[in-house]
Amino acid sequence: MNSILEISGLRKSYGPLEVIKGVDLAMKPGEVVSIIGSSGSGKTTLLRCINLLEEFQGGDIRIDGQLIGYKTSNGKRVALPERERAKNRALTGMAFQQFNLFPHMTALGNVTLGLRKTRGMAKDEAVAVAEKWLERVGMSQRKNHYPIQLSGGQQQRVAIARAIAMNPKLMLFDEVTSALDPELVNEVLNVIQDLANDGMTMLLVTHEMRFAYQVSSKVIFMEHGVIAEEGDPKEMFHNPKSQRLAEFLGKSKFQ
Amino acid sequence: MDLSAFFVELANVWPRLLQGSIATVTVSFQAIAYGSVFGSLLGLMIFYGRMPARICGWIYLDFIRGTPVLVLMLASFYIVPLAGLGLSATGAGILALSAFCSAHVAEVFRGGLAAVPPGQAEAAKSVGLTFPKILFYVLLPQVLRQALPAWINAAVEIVKASSLLAVISVPELLLTTQQIVSRNFMNAEFYLVCGLIYFAINLTLSKFGKLVEKRLAF
Ligand SMILES: Nc1ncnc2c1ncn2[C@@H]1O[C@H](COP(=O)(O)OP(=O)(O)OP(=O)(O)O)[C@@H](O)[C@H]1O
Ligand SMILES: [Mg+2]
Repeated sequence: MNSILEISGLRKSYGPLEVIKGVDLAMKPGEVVSIIGSSGSGKTTLLRCINLLEEFQGGDIRIDGQLIGYKTSNGKRVALPERERAKNRALTGMAFQQFNLFPHMTALGNVTLGLRKTRGMAKDEAVAVAEKWLERVGMSQRKNHYPIQLSGGQQQRVAIARAIAMNPKLMLFDEVTSALDPELVNEVLNVIQDLANDGMTMLLVTHEMRFAYQVSSKVIFMEHGVIAEEGDPKEMFHNPKSQRLAEFLGKSKFQ
Repeated sequence: MDLSAFFVELANVWPRLLQGSIATVTVSFQAIAYGSVFGSLLGLMIFYGRMPARICGWIYLDFIRGTPVLVLMLASFYIVPLAGLGLSATGAGILALSAFCSAHVAEVFRGGLAAVPPGQAEAAKSVGLTFPKILFYVLLPQVLRQALPAWINAAVEIVKASSLLAVISVPELLLTTQQIVSRNFMNAEFYLVCGLIYFAINLTLSKFGKLVEKRLAF
């Protein structure tokens, strides 16, 4: 089977500070990969590069076989025009730690915006698609509510619906439960689990070790901008090969 | 103060006061309209533009804000015609007020853009929107909402500053009042009336602002 995501030799710097130092990663359709690692190891930056929210200075990212963000012309690496990049971004969906819902739009409006203005759907069609996904994340009752009228967990579920309604090849989740009160975490994790069961290809950064263990087909441990260890979740959590991973798991109290 | 004499005089001159008020409102309205359009573009340029464009924008802003409006007014009245542009006194006044207004609006607009959390544009980018669409559907509604009170303040400033058109002989409210009192010598009474009219115009403006603000609330 072809890869949905194929990253080779990815490098990214913020000014002189290199934060991704050569990452290779491939994901098959339906795979769920969790990224764990300590703060500042580059997890968010990796997801942001895949969603083209950041420039990167080296390496290639392919989504469903398509090279994104850059092309090579006359042996030189050049950035694609912004219009192309906007299309590239819509290949992946991203859910953010802070939800980032548009406060001046209802839940429904948040989900239909991309459908209408990127996909060019007619209003009725966009509403139908949006309603389907809001239903799926358990938010159809509140589709006409504004973000300020929703709890954090509800906002995050709408944000997930907004991303996934675009029918992306790959969903990216960046610590989507970190900003939530503990009692709201499960409603969001359940939605993600449900999407995983449905065969959605997902790459998620999480500090919920138990969830990573149970949802993932593969776990990646990042350290200082590289993948330090990767493998089957059972192997990784029960028999960590490196001292660093063992320490990290010890600190996050996974038994 | 002879009240009955005042009312007799008021009955005589009110059409002129009305005309003056209309001139004030018309001139202010035009200056606010031009100034807001130009100021918004300037604000965008300063926020998103490349370095040289930004620097030009800041120089313009600092220059306009650092110059008294009266001087802007006289400059536009005496200097612009030297460049061979035919400009009436009213035109010169509107030009100076528009420049003044644009500086205020640019600053308000830039501040409004800076106040929208970066996650908003990122979330919009993430669903594949291009920059103009992000600006139009996601950022501007939020900027408008948050900048409205400051924008109304700027508009009020323009109405007040329009009284400076009197020095270049544009018969707006203040000059009309001056002409009236120079004939009837009822200085206290008619400057009070003049003040009340400015107050009424600006009160209407801010009430209108509050109304729109409520409408835009989310
Ligand atoms: N906009 C930026 N400018 C400069 N440096 C940045 C920027 N964003 C992130 N960094 C740096 O890049 C490195 C990786 O950051 P990143 O946010 O990817 O880490 P992370 O693994 O997601 O951490 P956390 O678990 O805290 O979210 C850090 O050293 C961080 O300080
Ligand atoms: Mg992070």
